Amino acid sequence: MVVVMMIMMVMAMVSEANMIEQTCKETPDFNLCVSLLDSDPRGSSADTSGLALILVDKIKGLATKTLKEINSLYKKRPELKQALDECSRRYNTILKADVPEAIEAISKGVPKFGEDGVIDAGVEAAVCEGEFKGKSPLTSLTKSMQKVSNVARAIVRMLL
Amino acid sequence: MASSDALLPISAREEDPLLSDGSRSDPNAETHGRRRPVKGLLAVTFGLFFIAFYVALIATHDGSRSNDVKFESDGTATTASRARLAGVSEKSNDQLWKLSGDRNTVAFSWNNSMLSWQRTGFHFQPGQNWMNDPNGPLFYKGWYHFFYQYNPNAAVWGDIVWGHAVSKDLIHWVHLPLAMVADQWYDANGVWTGSATFLEDGSIVMLYTGSTDKSVQVQNLAYPEDLNDPLLLKWVKFSGNPVLVPPPGILPKDFRDPTTAWKTSAGKWRITIGSKINRTGISLVYDTTDFKTYEKLDTLLHKVPNTGMWECVDFYPVSKTLVKGLDTSVNGPDVKHIVKASMDDTRIDHYAIGTYFDSNGTWIPDDPTIDVGISTSLRYDYGKFYASKTFYDQNKGRRILWGWIGESDSESADVQKGWSSLQGIPRTVVLDTKTGKNLVQWPVDEVKSLRLSSKKFDMEVGPGSFVNIDVGSAAQLDIEAEFEIKKESLDKILGDASAAAEAEEFSCQKSGGSTVRGALGPFGFSVLAHESLSEQTPVYFYVAKGKDSKLKTFFCTDSSRSSFANDVVKPVYGSSVPVLEGEKLTMRILVDHSIVEAFGQGGRTCTTSRVYPTKAIYGAAKLFLFNNAIDATITASFNVWQMNSAFIHPYSEEAVRALSRT
Repeated sequence: MVVVMMIMMVMAMVSEANMIEQTCKETPDFNLCVSLLDSDPRGSSADTSGLALILVDKIKGLATKTLKEINSLYKKRPELKQALDECSRRYNTILKADVPEAIEAISKGVPKFGEDGVIDAGVEAAVCEGEFKGKSPLTSLTKSMQKVSNVARAIVRMLL
Repeated sequence: MASSDALLPISAREEDPLLSDGSRSDPNAETHGRRRPVKGLLAVTFGLFFIAFYVALIATHDGSRSNDVKFESDGTATTASRARLAGVSEKSNDQLWKLSGDRNTVAFSWNNSMLSWQRTGFHFQPGQNWMNDPNGPLFYKGWYHFFYQYNPNAAVWGDIVWGHAVSKDLIHWVHLPLAMVADQWYDANGVWTGSATFLEDGSIVMLYTGSTDKSVQVQNLAYPEDLNDPLLLKWVKFSGNPVLVPPPGILPKDFRDPTTAWKTSAGKWRITIGSKINRTGISLVYDTTDFKTYEKLDTLLHKVPNTGMWECVDFYPVSKTLVKGLDTSVNGPDVKHIVKASMDDTRIDHYAIGTYFDSNGTWIPDDPTIDVGISTSLRYDYGKFYASKTFYDQNKGRRILWGWIGESDSESADVQKGWSSLQGIPRTVVLDTKTGKNLVQWPVDEVKSLRLSSKKFDMEVGPGSFVNIDVGSAAQLDIEAEFEIKKESLDKILGDASAAAEAEEFSCQKSGGSTVRGALGPFGFSVLAHESLSEQTPVYFYVAKGKDSKLKTFFCTDSSRSSFANDVVKPVYGSSVPVLEGEKLTMRILVDHSIVEAFGQGGRTCTTSRVYPTKAIYGAAKLFLFNNAIDATITASFNVWQMNSAFIHPYSEEAVRALSRT
């Protein structure tokens, strides 16, 4: 009985692990995609829609983290205020507009608006980065956002 | 990939790679780690046993992978699915990213002056927030009604309900209260797109898609609460909704946007609804007598492989001989039928002309090589234009086309300015009786009522010239122009056997825009242009010689230099345009702040663009005539009108009461 259960569990895990792999193969960053999905408890049992929503959640988490960093930079680097203001605006857009839009669209089966949201997350990150004219203190975070956005977009496109 | 990790509890999984400070993504993971030692040993034993099993499965699976993925050095995959990305939403993170690290990039911010200029003077838009698809357009008791997908809460898509506005002339609108909101289980997650049908007794039924509380897409019936109210303020949803649910074989999220119904020869009403089966776009057909119960036909109206989901399907007759609109139920030997669909994959509206067979509700295209949805098939518009819908205007015997024009800027800017999206100026649609192979669209005549002062010009423009056209304010304009390439220039090119043929290679999108000079083009107008030309939007003809020595004409809008902003999409749009023997080259351009609508050859090729200049705004927006050809001289004869604003009225109770009395 236990053996049967174990066999079924392994079979399920094998096919689910393949689901993540198969999905990530179709994205521009296989390794990032796999590590994001594998590290999330929901990843093992999600369909494509669910995987897309996990990626949107990663975008949300990364945006939150970046906003924290932006806020801490106001004190440390007061000369960057103007750029930080613009970045703050851009990242707040990701959190308050892009993410909710993407979640609603993906859940309700109109993925193209989800695609708009995740693409825009990358755009906002790139614009923020550009505010520092090559001397950004946020590069690793904005770069991450751009990469995650690209992976998320590829998965959302599979829903079209 | 094979490891005992697959069987261990969640907490032992790798850390979230994005949280490099070592924090865990799952704060509850710790609790799963505790297990009794005996069970742990058992788990490990079985785990080791099944590792071998797992490895074996993976090894055999390796050989059966059908997609070969090659990663280029920057990590882009090149499978077929990735290829579907090409030509979609043109926003490219990658390009933007490359610019962002450049020390010379100008750090850019939108300010309120730039943003508030973007609102249009005479295009339909709500006072604020997000709009998308046109819904249920109709004419009733003296009023044109327009409904639309609307988000009352934000400047991005979401929480969709039906907005409503009325007009006497399709140009001067009054906003009304929301027509329908998400107040039933069958549309709790969205009151989506739908269409109106007039019954024989003159009453109206509305069919629309609801996203249910479980996010299933269903079709619902609604009708005006009071047919004596010309403003049709209130709508009642049928108590027996939904009237249609996804049929077997159709997924619950692939079933939306019901059309206006037409009468069959058997006396029933027939509708079609777009969907997909795998990657094949299809249109389902249903017959009904009462709009409450339906029989699904076994046949599809049409299907085209590899086109993906068909949204906002539209189906209507056009006259082969008369330049007028036809009621949706008209059929007969002098009639062709149009099937149009919005391609979810590419955000492009495509249509095809064909023949409808009423006996089994099917349709076949005249030219299957440009069947609906194929990338080379015809489009209403070669720019930003989607989810379009026509209706028969029984008031003036026209078929009128509405199209949703989204933004091409960042969502941050939309949030900052507080709104997103426009509708195009309504267009009449007829079959091109001269070519028989395409539709012709033209802004409704009523738009001319906005014309204020006009200036007429006749000039000859030599190669490489830019001429400032002084018309005063240049953000709201209507331009009608006729161009001719001087005969000597044409003869020279056609007679020169060594002059390379370029028509086969040329495309608006890929040939570098209006700065690339050819023998016979580009020439046209540059709108929303700064006097320094640092920002400008050229709308132009490019005439190219083909391999057969015949000339081919292209009509393009180049938005690549329309704005200094780094977060807007700036493509070159356009297409070839048929020019018949003896015809001069004609174009019409409607400029209205952040939208430019261009009509080539009387509306054979239409292109809508969204532009967001940062300097060429208010008094600094100018108009230029240009000829960037290498040798050819052109003559231009044109009229430029200043356009008044439409002063679209926000909703107010007094206004509505006043209107009700008229």
